[in-house]
Amino acid sequence: MTRPLINRIPWTLIVFLVLLPVPFLGSRFYTFVATDIVILSLFATSLNLLLGTTGLVTFGHAAYFSIGAYTTALLMKNLGFPFLPSWIAGGLMAAGFALVFGFFCVRLTKIYFAMLTLAFAQIVWAICFKWNDVTGGEQGLPNVPYPGLDWMEVLPLIGDLRVSDKFYYVALALVALCYAALRRITLSPFGRVLTVIRDNPERAQFIGVNVRLYELAAFMVSGAFAGLSGALFGIFNRGVFPDFAFWTKSAEPLIMTILGGMAHFWGPAVGAAALILLNQQITSYTEYWPFVLGGVLIVLLFVFPGGIVGTLTKLGRRIGGRDA
Amino acid sequence: MEPSFLFGQFLGGLTAAMFLFLIASGLSLIFGVLRVLNFAHGSFYMLGAYLAFQFVQWVGPRTEGFWLAALGAACGIAVLGGLVERLLLRHLYGREELYQLLFTYALVLILGDVAKITWGTGQLSVSRPPSLEGSLNLLGVIVPHYNLFIILLGPTIALIFWFVLQRTSVGRIVRAAAQDREMLSSLGANVGMVYTGMFMVGSFLAGLGGALVTPTQSIVPGMDVAIIVEAFIVVVIGGLGSFWGTFLGALIFGQVLSFGILIFPRFSIFAVSALMAVILIVRPWGLLGRPLR
Amino acid sequence: MLEVEGVSKRFGGFVAVDAVSLTVAKKQIAAVIGPNGAGKSTFFNLITGHLRPDAGRVVLEGRDITAAPPHRICRMGMGRSFQRTNIFPQLTVFENVQAAYIAHRGRGTNFWASSAALYRDETTALLQQVGLADKANEAASALSHGNQKQVELGIALACDPEILLLDEPTAGMSAAETRDSIKLLQHLAEKFGLTLLFTEHDMEVVFSIAEKIMVLHQGRVIAEGTPDEVQRNAEVRRIYLGERK
Repeated sequence: MTRPLINRIPWTLIVFLVLLPVPFLGSRFYTFVATDIVILSLFATSLNLLLGTTGLVTFGHAAYFSIGAYTTALLMKNLGFPFLPSWIAGGLMAAGFALVFGFFCVRLTKIYFAMLTLAFAQIVWAICFKWNDVTGGEQGLPNVPYPGLDWMEVLPLIGDLRVSDKFYYVALALVALCYAALRRITLSPFGRVLTVIRDNPERAQFIGVNVRLYELAAFMVSGAFAGLSGALFGIFNRGVFPDFAFWTKSAEPLIMTILGGMAHFWGPAVGAAALILLNQQITSYTEYWPFVLGGVLIVLLFVFPGGIVGTLTKLGRRIGGRDA
Repeated sequence: MEPSFLFGQFLGGLTAAMFLFLIASGLSLIFGVLRVLNFAHGSFYMLGAYLAFQFVQWVGPRTEGFWLAALGAACGIAVLGGLVERLLLRHLYGREELYQLLFTYALVLILGDVAKITWGTGQLSVSRPPSLEGSLNLLGVIVPHYNLFIILLGPTIALIFWFVLQRTSVGRIVRAAAQDREMLSSLGANVGMVYTGMFMVGSFLAGLGGALVTPTQSIVPGMDVAIIVEAFIVVVIGGLGSFWGTFLGALIFGQVLSFGILIFPRFSIFAVSALMAVILIVRPWGLLGRPLR
Repeated sequence: MLEVEGVSKRFGGFVAVDAVSLTVAKKQIAAVIGPNGAGKSTFFNLITGHLRPDAGRVVLEGRDITAAPPHRICRMGMGRSFQRTNIFPQLTVFENVQAAYIAHRGRGTNFWASSAALYRDETTALLQQVGLADKANEAASALSHGNQKQVELGIALACDPEILLLDEPTAGMSAAETRDSIKLLQHLAEKFGLTLLFTEHDMEVVFSIAEKIMVLHQGRVIAEGTPDEVQRNAEVRRIYLGERK
């Protein structure tokens, strides 16, 4: 059995290359949207390691996103740490919290699991919202500095760009690394065990899988990448706010994942791009974006439950016969 | 700290608890029978408040017409809930839980904007009905009549529900549905009707809660997503699907919030979320609930 | 090989399994039979760690496995198939069996290598054995009931079991499928040197392959012995066999 051709294409690299010229399209706005997509797609893809790969429905993914964002922002803004260690620390902190919270969550199943993830996220939100001395309370932490990007000046082409364009490249490169890692993890024996748990946890036990332990590991890895995404987002957003942890923020990556298709590794990324582009289009016509999003979501749930990627592959298979 | 002050805090917590009970009991009923966690329940609550405001404008503010408006709003929400269940939600029962949850979340998004489009984003308020405008001095605490009414209404509704659930044939069917879905059809009940009915009753309670809360707080966008988390916490503490559990959960929530402010002024929202987490860890099915099979 | 010593399980006031003991020797083919509700499935779940016995011990090759978690019992060499088909529906047939190799051999902790080629030869060979070589790349959920049972057998065998517990292996099969699958079972048991313990409602199957039979009724053992002994047992004839005629 050989791997199908489509799996051997280095998609991460291709997408990375395709996204390289964005700052040269000439509009500050394109770079802004592209950065938004790149960062939030990582958030959604990190969620899908739990949702699509392990079969765990979480309502509290914003907790790890915000922990990463606050950690990095605090280190950079208040303690003057350089960017890269702060970013990694954001991911590690999110992983640490995911390990502690996840320890309790994976002992529950289904709706109780989801509720406990929500409860932990609300705890994180309450702390961000009220612990004025550290998190800035309701006001959050505005003016998170950009990383020092002076070293980029020696680079050809990129050296003369605006700082937001340079940050786009930083985000793109780091997110691409994260994607490469997530892809490897998904296709690894560990990832295979996660899919086994998704399909049938009871049977998984009886091929020798310690289900809770694997779920906890997935929870932690997923939390770490959510944290890395949040850390980038805080800088991109020029500030971190308690909203990052509110439960409606946890719904965002869920919607992106469903929109793109949770059965595919690239589904959440496609969903994130579609959602953000749609948002940009709609908000130029009307302020009632949530209304449109709700409508889109309902159509999706009823008509295209496989999401964009799921629907396309189904179409492709129908056109190209069974082996396409 | 003076006893009368503490008593005042207690009554404040009790009032909040009874409002929460109204809302959370609807959420819990719907979960108990349909096994759907309805995120839009908070939106129904908010729309109940807006509808009550609208009806009060029509029947005349500061009149006893308030009662009619409140009842009308609750019934309006019940109808809305019935339509949602019949036309849409019903088609998702066979699907994964996630799809049902995201569907109710889509409703949150849509209904939130519908309210904004219809009533704007400003604060709206409704005055108390004339018959309950006064207040009374209870052990040194000034208690508005209206709050007293709410404190009494909660247990009344709880008792009515208890009676219906325990003593009537409708209640028997509902209890059967909550315990065993397959048994339901063998009882000869029309399962579809039971589901629609329960969804309407639950929505009615959300609408009623929203309508009755209007004289005590202003109506603002965002009250939907704030209340739904509180209602979740209440039903989790008491036990998902457990009726008296919801009552107990609301009482606990109200008092923790009310006294939590005295002990950790800034962290009372933290305290209730932490309570929810602890309950889920120690006793996932809640204080009075039973483990789900 | 397997010694069960006086295990009991109560659910509320109802005694589902009452002080049942059973010894299965190496390479023996043993069956547990009994009318519906006799406690067969509960008995199996007590052995495999899915339920914790209220009393008694379960010893596998001299090691006490009473109430050990299922994944550990599995690693000690006990394989199991379930009454209702229990596979990984979204994975392909190949992936189903490969996953069992990965999990059982403790390779699941590796999150950096590629899983695609892992245990490819073993998996292919085993699929050949259970007669699924031509269906390796099909989604498991798309297979017929009989084929899914074969997948389940493949998953169980990939865990290198010494002893295989089969709960109603022919449930829901046609007469032809039953015959084929019994032939396959016998063949595999011999080839891999397996000990088999199974429950079965089809008496023809039981008496054709079992070397030892235990009869459960209302949670108690009412007879135990060779097929001949069991068949001659008066109580069995009265309670069980008589009931069927």
